[in-house]
Amino acid sequence: MAGGVRYADVEVGTQLPPKVFTVTRADLVRYAGASGDFNPIHWSDRTARAVGLPGVIAHGMLTMGLAIRVVTEWVADPAAIVEYGVRFTRPVVVPDDDTGTQVTVSGVVKKTFDDGRVQIDLTATCGGEGGDGGEKVLTQARAIVKLPS
Amino acid sequence: MPLDQSFVGRTYPPTPPYEVGREKIREFADAVGDPHPAYRDVAAAKELGHPDVIAPPTFPIVFTYAASQRLINDPELGLDFSRVVHGDQKFVYTRPVRAGDQLTCVVTVETIRSMAGNDIITTRTDVTTVDGEPVLTAWSTLVVRGEER
Repeated sequence: MAGGVRYADVEVGTQLPPKVFTVTRADLVRYAGASGDFNPIHWSDRTARAVGLPGVIAHGMLTMGLAIRVVTEWVADPAAIVEYGVRFTRPVVVPDDDTGTQVTVSGVVKKTFDDGRVQIDLTATCGGEGGDGGEKVLTQARAIVKLPS
Repeated sequence: MPLDQSFVGRTYPPTPPYEVGREKIREFADAVGDPHPAYRDVAAAKELGHPDVIAPPTFPIVFTYAASQRLINDPELGLDFSRVVHGDQKFVYTRPVRAGDQLTCVVTVETIRSMAGNDIITTRTDVTTVDGEPVLTAWSTLVVRGEER
């Protein structure tokens, strides 16, 4: 469960434990309901293909919400996250089967600030074997976290 | 059709209050699979110094996305929603969103740009309590893909 990392525990280059998330169609339906984003490209292949996508894609905000779990499960209190931003570079295509697709997220401390804040850069890839060779689905994925001393 | 440039700088009136509910937070935390107890258990949240359960970092999309609908659907803006993809998203938190908050959003159009045949619109949403306490600011960039030529 929650990691409870402290400022003294980290330095530039400290790796956060990576996570692999499986995303299925059921997850997209659940996220649509929870978020209120019912855009049919997230549940209808017909609509997705009509707008030039290979098929149903995950909500970018679902990928963003999954990716930050690398951080929320590393700190004692998720409220330590004072800033979080991403750029969505590639859609996460989710097949209509029981296996779904996999998103692999890793994080590294990129900067430390004297006031206890640290900058964490996240890498999120989809496809490939165990995260290797997958394509980046987020870039400039960055969180600023205020760690306890 | 390009977006109406005169929308840059436009600010929409504050949205009606959105009341953050414990069960909505739980539903959202389940949808992103984040197991942290501070989202679900009042005692666990209080132990971390919060007056009630807090929301996961990307939860504010629930009410900021809803707040932006007035702009997105404004016929004068000329945005074809079927061609929209989410480009960037960023949250800067003054404090975590928590159950019981009554939040209102003010949406401002920051920039409208054209790049490689696409229109790119960035909005800023300032979120405060109904008493005027700042809670967070969200930036969202939407890319309107150009018609195929």
